[in-house]
Amino acid sequence: MRHIVRCAVAGMALSISVLADAANAAVTLEHAHYRFDAATLARGAKLYAEHCLSCHSVRYVRYSRLVPDLGMTKSTVEQTVMLPAGASFDRGMISVMKPVDAKRWFGTAPPDLSLEVRYRGADWVYTYLHSFYWDPQRPSGWNNRLFPNVAMPDVLAHLGGIQDRQGHTLVASALTPAEFDRMTADITAWLRYTSDPSKIKRMALGPYVIGFLVLFAVLAYLLKRAYWRDVER
Amino acid sequence: MHNFYNWVDRRFPFKEIVHEHLTGYYAPKNFNFLYYFGSMALLVLLIQILSGIFLLSHYHASATQAFDSIQSIMYDVKWGWLIRYLHTTGVSFFFIAIYLHMLRGYLYGSFRSPRELLWIVGYTIYLALMAEAYFGYVLPYGNMSYWGAEVITSIIGAIPYVGHWLSALARGGLGIGDATLNRFMAFHVVLVPLILIGLVVLHVLALHRVGSNNPDGIEINDYRRSDGRPWDGIPFHPYYTVKDTFGAAVFLLLFALVVIYAPTMHGLFIDTANFTPANPLHTPADVTPAWYLSPYYAMLRAIPNKAAGIGMLALAIAIPYAVPWLDRNPVRSSRYRPVYLGMVIILAGSFLGLGWIGMQPAAPALLPPARILLGLYLAFFALLPVVSHFEPTRAVPQRVTA
Repeated sequence: MRHIVRCAVAGMALSISVLADAANAAVTLEHAHYRFDAATLARGAKLYAEHCLSCHSVRYVRYSRLVPDLGMTKSTVEQTVMLPAGASFDRGMISVMKPVDAKRWFGTAPPDLSLEVRYRGADWVYTYLHSFYWDPQRPSGWNNRLFPNVAMPDVLAHLGGIQDRQGHTLVASALTPAEFDRMTADITAWLRYTSDPSKIKRMALGPYVIGFLVLFAVLAYLLKRAYWRDVER
Repeated sequence: MHNFYNWVDRRFPFKEIVHEHLTGYYAPKNFNFLYYFGSMALLVLLIQILSGIFLLSHYHASATQAFDSIQSIMYDVKWGWLIRYLHTTGVSFFFIAIYLHMLRGYLYGSFRSPRELLWIVGYTIYLALMAEAYFGYVLPYGNMSYWGAEVITSIIGAIPYVGHWLSALARGGLGIGDATLNRFMAFHVVLVPLILIGLVVLHVLALHRVGSNNPDGIEINDYRRSDGRPWDGIPFHPYYTVKDTFGAAVFLLLFALVVIYAPTMHGLFIDTANFTPANPLHTPADVTPAWYLSPYYAMLRAIPNKAAGIGMLALAIAIPYAVPWLDRNPVRSSRYRPVYLGMVIILAGSFLGLGWIGMQPAAPALLPPARILLGLYLAFFALLPVVSHFEPTRAVPQRVTA
């Protein structure tokens, strides 16, 4: 029965071109090295706003929460992260591109990336950003080893350089490989944050909660022992 | 204060209830580690009800808003993430507690006469809990929720003659949508919790009628002092309330470690595929159930024929009801039955193995091991009436041992 359902759906899925989960397995994921701290996330937010936010919303994250979460001031958020047209400080980070236009330009609307890291994993996002290559057969001129026939062009090509399918450099990168790795890791860290902003609060609260419960457990144990002293073994 | 107490006492049997179920209820003094999990399950039930009330006040059961309302709980509602993680972690901890509680029952023969009803009610609680977990799993309306709903409701469709009608009834239409979410919410929030709470009350009442079993599997009431109190029994309150408080502290410590440091437990407690909204056009790479239901899913997949697979699944789920009558040995506890102990270990091991297989992508290579494990699981129940007749037993002590 499950098989039938999956066959039916696989058929539908194949007819919709850009679903590529099955093809992912061929590429080994690179590990994204980043520190999950306010400085990294602030850099990531800025990079995301510069290179990604024009098309990809992170609509569950409101600009205003960057102030308490990342320790940025309201004016820094407004100047470095907020998109100039139509963005509202108290609202979610919505791309300015209309879905109708997106569909006309790219064939598909760019997905919201709020939960992307939790859905696909940080290493997937990091590797994806490193996997673009020049492919003249694609309408955009771009293809991706991790996500074959993806609609998205390599928006970081002017920084990370351009490679062909075999990995030969066609255009040298403007950044050193280490700089480009750090930049993409910062973007990945930012998307890790957007996928679950509670992580900052959880990490801050953790030691207190655990400390309290350890203390409670010790006291409860001592109380238990005191009560049980008169139970004959 | 004293006057108030008397005023209540003339109108409500508070004193009697406390005496009957706490201070005057004698439990064996030799409970071990495995005896924590009954009260731990009760604790998680409380956590689930309380966190559920808060979640319900922000959740919208609608196909277009359910996923977003869950995200608004996670992102915008003050402490919403904590409440939701408590609820999602609570499910897994509930099943951990229940599985250990059931293992305890198997190990020490806690289902044996006169505790058959206690076992039957308890096992029904477990089945109700599976239904509760399943309905709750669909509500966030992520993609795994959607496909979980799709797959399970189509299993109902395999029932001969009335299947299609029942499946449409479960879905509230031909497909999964608004109507499905609304009826699943009614089940998850009203119907099943009421059944669960009712069964828990019955379970405790039945327990207090027959008394607790213990790791030695002998009756403490056979040896009483001159005043009628059992020699090897101690009042539940204060001895076990204070011991369970310590148990609860450790349990909550582990609970908090998960909620704070690994709320998704790497996809085990919250499925990765549920971080994308329901999409009828895109099946997740592998539609597999949550870990606590995966043994049954492995059983279902082990048999290629749909009707036979579902029949086998029904048998595997129903057969533990019969276990009080399948075991014929006069000795209860596996402490004094080495063969039976081995059988319980194989039963638990095959269940765990099936659980692992049920979480893997469907692969032909996993078919033979799944069938062997299913065979071992069923063999426990098939062989028990015979083995329990002939198995060697050790000398059972008359009084409980430490």
